Amino acid sequence: MNALFEFLLRQGDNVLVLGHRTSEWCGTAPALEEDIALANTALDLIGQTKLWLEYAAEVEGEGRSANDLAFLRDAYDFRNVLMLETPNEDYGRTLMRQFLFDAFQVHWLTALTDSKDSRISEIAMKSVKEAQYHLERSRDTIIALGDGTELSNKKMQAALDYLWPYAREIMLVDDVDEAMHKDGIAPLPSEILAPWDALVKSTMRDAYLTIPDSNFVHKGGRTGQRHTEHLGHMLATMQVLQRSYPGATW
Amino acid sequence: MSEKKEWPLWEVFIRGQHGMSHRHVGSLHASDNEMAMKNARDVYTRRNEGVSIWVVEAKHITASSPSEKGPMFDPAKDKVYRHPTFYDLPDEAGNM
Amino acid sequence: MYAQLVKSTGKNVQSLEEMSPQERAFQERIDRGEKIEPKEWMPDAYRKNLIRQIGQHAHSEVVGQLPEGNWITRAPTLERKANLLAKVQDEAGHGLYLYCAAETLGVSRDELYEMLHSGKMKYSSIFNYPTLTWADMGAVGWLVDGAAIMNQVPLQRTSFGPYARAMVRICKEESFHQRQGFQIMMVMANGTKEQKRMAQDALNRFWGPALMMFGPSDKDSVHSAQSMAWKIKMNTNDELRQKFVDETVPQAEYLGLKVPDDNLKFNEETEHYEFTQPDWDEFYDVLKGNGPCNHERLETRKKAWDEGAWVRDAMMAHAEKKAARKQAAE
Repeated sequence: MNALFEFLLRQGDNVLVLGHRTSEWCGTAPALEEDIALANTALDLIGQTKLWLEYAAEVEGEGRSANDLAFLRDAYDFRNVLMLETPNEDYGRTLMRQFLFDAFQVHWLTALTDSKDSRISEIAMKSVKEAQYHLERSRDTIIALGDGTELSNKKMQAALDYLWPYAREIMLVDDVDEAMHKDGIAPLPSEILAPWDALVKSTMRDAYLTIPDSNFVHKGGRTGQRHTEHLGHMLATMQVLQRSYPGATW
Repeated sequence: MSEKKEWPLWEVFIRGQHGMSHRHVGSLHASDNEMAMKNARDVYTRRNEGVSIWVVEAKHITASSPSEKGPMFDPAKDKVYRHPTFYDLPDEAGNM
Repeated sequence: MYAQLVKSTGKNVQSLEEMSPQERAFQERIDRGEKIEPKEWMPDAYRKNLIRQIGQHAHSEVVGQLPEGNWITRAPTLERKANLLAKVQDEAGHGLYLYCAAETLGVSRDELYEMLHSGKMKYSSIFNYPTLTWADMGAVGWLVDGAAIMNQVPLQRTSFGPYARAMVRICKEESFHQRQGFQIMMVMANGTKEQKRMAQDALNRFWGPALMMFGPSDKDSVHSAQSMAWKIKMNTNDELRQKFVDETVPQAEYLGLKVPDDNLKFNEETEHYEFTQPDWDEFYDVLKGNGPCNHERLETRKKAWDEGAWVRDAMMAHAEKKAARKQAAE
């Protein structure tokens, strides 16, 4: 196993899958301003995907391109965390998922700017600015919707309850992480837990939401061992043209 | 629960890259000033148009009245001496 | 165009002599090329026509997100996905600018939405056609945006200030849309056998509907004269349609695709193409709600609006609570 390749796929697949989910909103958001903002987020994430997967393809050295990795891998070869492939459901859950991810990503990318791998630190430096804005927006929206009305509070609590068991998969540690840590390429994801926890707690307090009293974590996404059923459907849509017309140029 | 209420209208002003004054670029809807600022960023700076944004709720803008256009602006029309070209100077005086 | 059949509230165009002094002064300002601004006096019919036209234009942008949005999740590469998403996002932006322009005439965005959802206001017939293959993303950009640009460029000089300014911004942003579409068509037309077939099929399906975008023939277009006198319509439907055909046919030839019109031929004398009129019965059917996607498009918009209500309400409620808390603290 090439640990660096695995690591890069995890970074790239997270933003690929979330970018895809976010793009599903295009044309149907609650207001035009939100529609435009979501598209900006999705565009940032798709841009980041290219950077991570291009580097992954180079590291792999088998002549595959970023697009080959995105459009011609099967579900078990994807390395995104499960939370990001869960369906949008409604605006509340979409934004809650975004926030729980952003709260990790800002700290994570900040740490990656110090990576010994210069390519990784460059990608992190570009991406972290985008992530900071995403966090600002998702955090404010979570607080507004949690505080807003009785109905919106109920919906946001339901979103948090649903996503909570998925939220911390991204901070689990395995051999890949140990190897990256040893080489000075990345910190252990578990190091992000404390600042993430503090940010999530303060945000949920401001949003009048209750963090579920459970430490259970769904896992299997970042290792590829067991994805949700949702990923297969997403890929069936996303990959349809590349799969149906092998070798065509688009 | 609030009544069905529309998000208020905001006017957006942006200062571009080249240090010019903020310029009105358009409007948008937002629930409050912080969202208005974010929406302005997302709607009006997608093509790298700006380095600074002002948002003002439209109802707070005092506009001159079109019916008073005459008294407001006509008096400035004959004050030509406020413009540099009013003063004829010989070329020998150099650039001024 | 994006406002194809705006019913005029005015009767026949009045001559200057028939007008009241106020109306005459207004018309003379327009004739001099002055811009009319929101708070200035304007004939009631001018205001009403503009609300309908700008509203219809705005609705077209917003409903127009859907046929292309249909392919964002299936875009074949990361680059295509980003280009298409940015393009559809622009359409949301254009809708937003136009709604704001309409709002300066004293109608709110929510009221305009209401009228769209109830069927009181229309949007362009073109968006009631389905997008069936990836080549449709090419055809829509090339033909639909091409037709739209043809109408929108002159509208930058329209008499109503906020509308003209919105059009300036829209035209600036839109310049990449048609190029994006044509480039997709180029790749498809030069691609595999299947891709060529998709490209030709897309042109076959979108040619007629694109010609309809300019609205009925001038002789059947009863509302044009007043709108042109007011400079809220800058060219006649037939003028623009002819210009579109003249520009598009050589582009199709360049792509190696066949325009689906057996009577198409270049007239050396007039230096214009002669072409078959689109199926106007179909056009009126689509306007009446019987297009292939009328139902889906409107239902999608209504559903998005209804399902977003709790979000809009909550954001507003939070803003009010926040303001109240701040006041209490002071």
